[in-house]
Amino acid sequence: MNLRIALFGITKEIVGQSQLELTAPEGQSVEQLMQQLQSTYPGLRQLTSFAVAVNNEYAATDYRLHERDEIALIPPVSGG
Amino acid sequence: MLIELTDQPIDVAAALAAVQADGAGAVNAFIGTVRNQSTGRSVVRLEYEAYDSMAVHQMRKVAEQAQERWPMLQQIAVIHRKGTLYIGDVAVIVAVSTPHRAESFAACQYIIDTIKQVVTIWKKEFYEDGQVWVAAHP
Repeated sequence: MNLRIALFGITKEIVGQSQLELTAPEGQSVEQLMQQLQSTYPGLRQLTSFAVAVNNEYAATDYRLHERDEIALIPPVSGG
Repeated sequence: MLIELTDQPIDVAAALAAVQADGAGAVNAFIGTVRNQSTGRSVVRLEYEAYDSMAVHQMRKVAEQAQERWPMLQQIAVIHRKGTLYIGDVAVIVAVSTPHRAESFAACQYIIDTIKQVVTIWKKEFYEDGQVWVAAHP
């Protein structure tokens, strides 16, 4: 399946673009996606925290992704 | 409930007016502003970047959690700014109204503290000699 991933803040700088498109096996979990991204972009390992959001909610690491999911990488937030 | 993410200057008076309620004897507001220094460095300006749809969704969720926790809450307003901000600019306002003051203080603090933990907004500080994404690195 094809996944489209939105990037913000420092993750956008680490990856060098604001959106990633990648092909992943059906049923890929959030954790597997995070591991894949961290090995491709080691800078992601240096962050204080690193989460994935699916459809505007923080996703559990065992959540299995679907092609239509709106996926985003969430580096440490700093609003307020 | 007024929940907003905006690239325009925040109208504090309008936010306070939005939480006026006949049943409220207390209005409490937290106003977050841009200060001129951070960890010993002189800040020139800030840039807030947001994942808009999730940020608004999470701000609403936090306000709803406060409403559940303090059912006497009358009105809630949460407005967060994004884009480029300079020293003294208002970055965020949280305003609540309740019958009595204790719940007003507590709910207001809960909302701003939780927003800072979960809402998808990122702050980049610009100094005279560099720039840093706040809280990104240990």
